[in-house]
Amino acid sequence: MSWIDPRALRRRGVLGMNRRNVAYIGRYNDRAHYPLVDNKLKTKLMARKLGLQVPDLLHVIHTQHEIEGVERLLEDLNSFVVKPAQGSGGKGILVIRGRTPEGYRKSSGDLVSTNDIKRHLTNTISGLHSLGGRTDVAIIESLVETTDTFSAVSVEGVPDIRLIVFKGFPVMGMLRLATHESDGKANLHQGAVGVGLDIGSGRAIAAVQHNRLITAHPDTGVDLTGISVPNWPDLLSLAARCFEATQLGYLGCDIVIDRHRGPLLLELNARPGLSIQIANDEGLLPRLARIEALDSPFMTVQDRVREAMQWFGRSEAAGQETLFEDAEPALPA
Amino acid sequence: MNHQGPFLFLVVLLFIAGIGTASFRHQTYRIPLLPGEQQTVWQVEARIEFLALGRSTQIFLTLPPEQNGFQPMEETGAAPGFGFSVEQRGTQRRAHWTKRQASGVQTLFYKLELVQDASRDIESIPPEPLVFPRWDEPYRTAQSQVIEALLPITADAHSMAVQLIGLMQRQPVDQNVSLLRDRYEDPELLARLLQSAGIAARRVQVLELEDGRRRQSLTEHIQVWRGDRWSLYHPVSGPVTNTENLLLWQTETPAVLEVVGGTNSRVSFSMISQSRSMLELAEGNRDPGFALSLYSLPIAEQGMFKLIMLLPVGALVVVIMRILVGIRTSGTFMPVLIALAFLQTDLLPGLASFLLVVGIGLLIRSYLSSLNLLLVARIATLVILVIGIISVFSVVSYQLGLIGGLTITFFPMIILAWTIERMSIIWEEEGPKEVVVQGGGSLLVATLAFLLMDQPLVRHLAFNFPELHLSILALVMIVGRYTGYRLLELGRFASFENR
Repeated sequence: MSWIDPRALRRRGVLGMNRRNVAYIGRYNDRAHYPLVDNKLKTKLMARKLGLQVPDLLHVIHTQHEIEGVERLLEDLNSFVVKPAQGSGGKGILVIRGRTPEGYRKSSGDLVSTNDIKRHLTNTISGLHSLGGRTDVAIIESLVETTDTFSAVSVEGVPDIRLIVFKGFPVMGMLRLATHESDGKANLHQGAVGVGLDIGSGRAIAAVQHNRLITAHPDTGVDLTGISVPNWPDLLSLAARCFEATQLGYLGCDIVIDRHRGPLLLELNARPGLSIQIANDEGLLPRLARIEALDSPFMTVQDRVREAMQWFGRSEAAGQETLFEDAEPALPA
Repeated sequence: MNHQGPFLFLVVLLFIAGIGTASFRHQTYRIPLLPGEQQTVWQVEARIEFLALGRSTQIFLTLPPEQNGFQPMEETGAAPGFGFSVEQRGTQRRAHWTKRQASGVQTLFYKLELVQDASRDIESIPPEPLVFPRWDEPYRTAQSQVIEALLPITADAHSMAVQLIGLMQRQPVDQNVSLLRDRYEDPELLARLLQSAGIAARRVQVLELEDGRRRQSLTEHIQVWRGDRWSLYHPVSGPVTNTENLLLWQTETPAVLEVVGGTNSRVSFSMISQSRSMLELAEGNRDPGFALSLYSLPIAEQGMFKLIMLLPVGALVVVIMRILVGIRTSGTFMPVLIALAFLQTDLLPGLASFLLVVGIGLLIRSYLSSLNLLLVARIATLVILVIGIISVFSVVSYQLGLIGGLTITFFPMIILAWTIERMSIIWEEEGPKEVVVQGGGSLLVATLAFLLMDQPLVRHLAFNFPELHLSILALVMIVGRYTGYRLLELGRFASFENR
């Protein structure tokens, strides 16, 4: 393990965990608004009310009694996702991509039985996957269908885009690709690949796995350097609107792109992680400071997105400077 | 940062309050800063014997004044049938026994406990304005000749005293001294001569402390005022430099012992020295500050508080390890609870039994997860199973002669059960690697907390100076405002190097 001089980190403007907690989450995120983002059901209902696009809510399971009859609810569903409303860090998310006579097929290809799903639901509503072990409800929602752009790079699970939205400005973005190692989950510390995205264009800047730069997807070997996220301005707008919806100044928005419906808001996070800086090879602090220095608090969503794209976009003139040249080639697993 | 000023002020205030109160209590109540510090305690017993004449009787015994080098602890003067009180007259204290009717030989005891304390320094009381003593002829001429002979060769009170003592001891004896000696005892003569030379001097009674001595009497010394303090001189050997074992008993004129209604009175002294832990002495100190301290609790509760007072130390370790170093633990303060258990079991047996129970628990838990139990029931099942594991473990280790195995019962069962549950969820959700990272982190922090909490010094300070927790609080608060990088983040963000 190599180490870096803290002064070098500061020079690069890297935001550390302590500073994030005290100076950003502590200062800009009012705890009263946390339940809205910590509870996916509430997020979903709020988003629907405000006209933010979200994956369809199919069922909500509140009680053990409802679990007993869950077969009937799942009968005519070919693919679906089970989530705890108050889960954190991707815990307790079960993705069913299809069904065979033997059972349901998970995104990894493994088969699970109806009983397995029932047990998962039981665990979920008894709070196993939830923050603080509170009793919870299980959400069953429709599975997002990946666009062609992403189906090539993602083996399991749908790639999602994490955007840090600071006071309504999208400041940094990252595409998260599930790997076999991360078991279909998009959490970087579980082995998912993070691809830093240029706020100005939605194009890839750098890709990392386990904090190391890579150029190709470790499972498929597909080149990651040419990725460009479609519907980029729409996606930024969707994220920026979450600020008004949640009143949280420092927010992580997870967005997926559906083949048919375009960008959908998957979930919100009041304590977004810091790995996004590694994937972008850039610190958050200068960008956050730029917005903190701003004294015109009232701007429309479109203004904010336009300004952010201008400020934080990497200029074309600089020769599309990406970091893929000095990355080690990844070996397909 | 907003509110930085008041915050810093509060933190500094708390810190100083903690340290300040501790040092104040150390100074005032002599609570030792280090565990096991010893101090010498002198037990001095004055034995008074006299023949009572069958009528009302009063006995006065002069008591030692407050003085440097000794801290009085406890005094008793009770004698059967006598009323007893201690009177203060000026700087001189006197014990006073009274009885309406007494006859025959009477024996009274006065016992005094003194802590020898070289650092005790009380302000000396300056002498009253000098009264020149009256001399009758021919002594008047003799003394003025003595003084006039010495004045040119002396500079101050000290040199005059030294020269005078030297002159009196000189052989062959000086004529004038010889003449004066016919009339006055040596100590009295010395004091009078010094006073005539304009020097404040007085006769004092001194008790020489020597372990195990019995039937000692007071010896007479001379004290000379040297502007800011009294110096002690022996009438024969001159200046006394080592006053460590000399207890000043009487400094003013009235006799040491006065008996009204009795004859043949005499007083003698016995003494022993003991080494006692300073803490014990402090506990025995009945100062008002102690009424509000932990010492006033029953012993059993005190034992409990000895553990409770260590918790802030563990909490500080957790705060430092998580905020400054960035170690991940499962459960924020679980490491402190594990460390508390280690205190009872000792480190290695504790670690071994913890790993064993959690390991077996994880195995059983993996079976439980297939039973589809509700969360509360599953935790309850684990609690019961943990108790089962611990019982079996204790019995087996006892049968094998491993007494250390029995200490496993000190682990809080509920904590163990929750640890197993959390670990097993982490295992299922994030894989065994994360279990090792978080479990290892917890054990590392617990071990560090244990190593700190196990220091005799830390235990001693935490219990005897609970106010130091204010300082710990200040440290925790200041670390809570740390916004710099965590140590492990320097590794995590290492890819930012050189670009």
